[in-house]
Amino acid sequence: MRIVVSNTPDYDFRLQGHAVVSLKKPLNLRRETLRRVRDITPQDTEVEVLKSCMTAVALKRDPDAFETLFRYYGPKIRAYMLKRDGNRQSAEELMQETMVMIWNKAVQFDPARGNLSSWIFTIARNVRIDAFRRNNRPEFDPNDPAFVPDEVMPADQVLEADQQAQTLRYALTKLPPDQAELLRLSFYDELSHSTIARLLQLPLGTVKSRIRLAFSRLRDLLGDKA
Amino acid sequence: MTIRHHVSDALLLDYATGSLEESWSLALATHLSLCPECRQRLSAMEATGGAMLETLSETRSDAGRDDASWAAVRARLAETPAIPDMPHEDTVDTAVFPAPLRKYVGGDIDTLKWKPLGLGAYHYPISTGDKSISARLLRIPAGQPVPEHTHGGKELTVVLCGSFQDEAGRFGRGDFEETDDTVMHQPVADPGTDCICLAVTDAPLQFKSRFMRFIQPLIGI
Repeated sequence: MRIVVSNTPDYDFRLQGHAVVSLKKPLNLRRETLRRVRDITPQDTEVEVLKSCMTAVALKRDPDAFETLFRYYGPKIRAYMLKRDGNRQSAEELMQETMVMIWNKAVQFDPARGNLSSWIFTIARNVRIDAFRRNNRPEFDPNDPAFVPDEVMPADQVLEADQQAQTLRYALTKLPPDQAELLRLSFYDELSHSTIARLLQLPLGTVKSRIRLAFSRLRDLLGDKA
Repeated sequence: MTIRHHVSDALLLDYATGSLEESWSLALATHLSLCPECRQRLSAMEATGGAMLETLSETRSDAGRDDASWAAVRARLAETPAIPDMPHEDTVDTAVFPAPLRKYVGGDIDTLKWKPLGLGAYHYPISTGDKSISARLLRIPAGQPVPEHTHGGKELTVVLCGSFQDEAGRFGRGDFEETDDTVMHQPVADPGTDCICLAVTDAPLQFKSRFMRFIQPLIGI
């Protein structure tokens, strides 16, 4: 059975043949509610809720929808910031900075170009770079006349982007411990592969080949051509 | 245009996690502008970052702060205007240099003030925030070799115009080469057009020839 989260009071589930998780206040899930939703439904329902909140923030500048995103992502972003230097005060500030950035850049989120958690990760990462390194991170610009565009994206790839986060979370739990450790040091501690090699006292080539193995495995699971 | 030489997973991961310095990142952003395949690999890595962000949880002492921090963020929401979709200042219709590079050299290929290196070659140093890494554009005359050299450290090269060939194969527009001190190579520009590359290095080149080592301080590479 499909379970649908709706905040439309007149959603006719009998006609649709869906079970409905009805939300009293539109798009305003507290942590408890989210946990309840998580208990009774598959996780993609949660993903749908968060995505519809994101849409409401982008199109309607809806602070209630934004609160749902805040309660869900805020603690995760704070934990991510804390990994960098262990200072609770600055982790809190950088988390708030990231959330304000998400609010301001909401219209730039394009579900066709990746899933929500991936987009939020890139914003948090850039806030962290600005705060600790204070230098530029050159980026490509899709509006650049020299830009070589992707081949036209098939419509079903948009759906794939949604499933990506879940597939990846599962795949990450299945990585061999040495590859998982490498990803933690890279993403959480922001260490370069050469720094990791020195830290773990491994030859550079070993670290490189572990990275290659980890991502060829993840890409296989994502059915990626690259 | 088919790109045959791509960024390694290790280097792309450094760019995805944010640990890569500005000058190397400029070489990556330039290649990524021209290479849909590497952008797709980058996006898989950023999705991995997203999934890893999702799995983070806090210790109990941090979890209790949410109401206070929500109140603080809520108060800031009205302050700042929304950033419009895809802001960009580009006013040009065509370009040889991808946008990240144009930003650093202040224009496109037609406005560049090349500095002579001797032997018909030219360069244009690019200033970044990095002290120990140097970025420059190199122009090698068509059909001419760059003297045989190794690198004390790492070198990244992105071809922008023309093409060259070395022990690793032929490199054309958009192609990306990663070399280090284990590689002795002698790139030769293909005949026809001058070969223009973005080159980023973290140590001076080490030339095999005594003559080149002698003039190196004079030409500044």
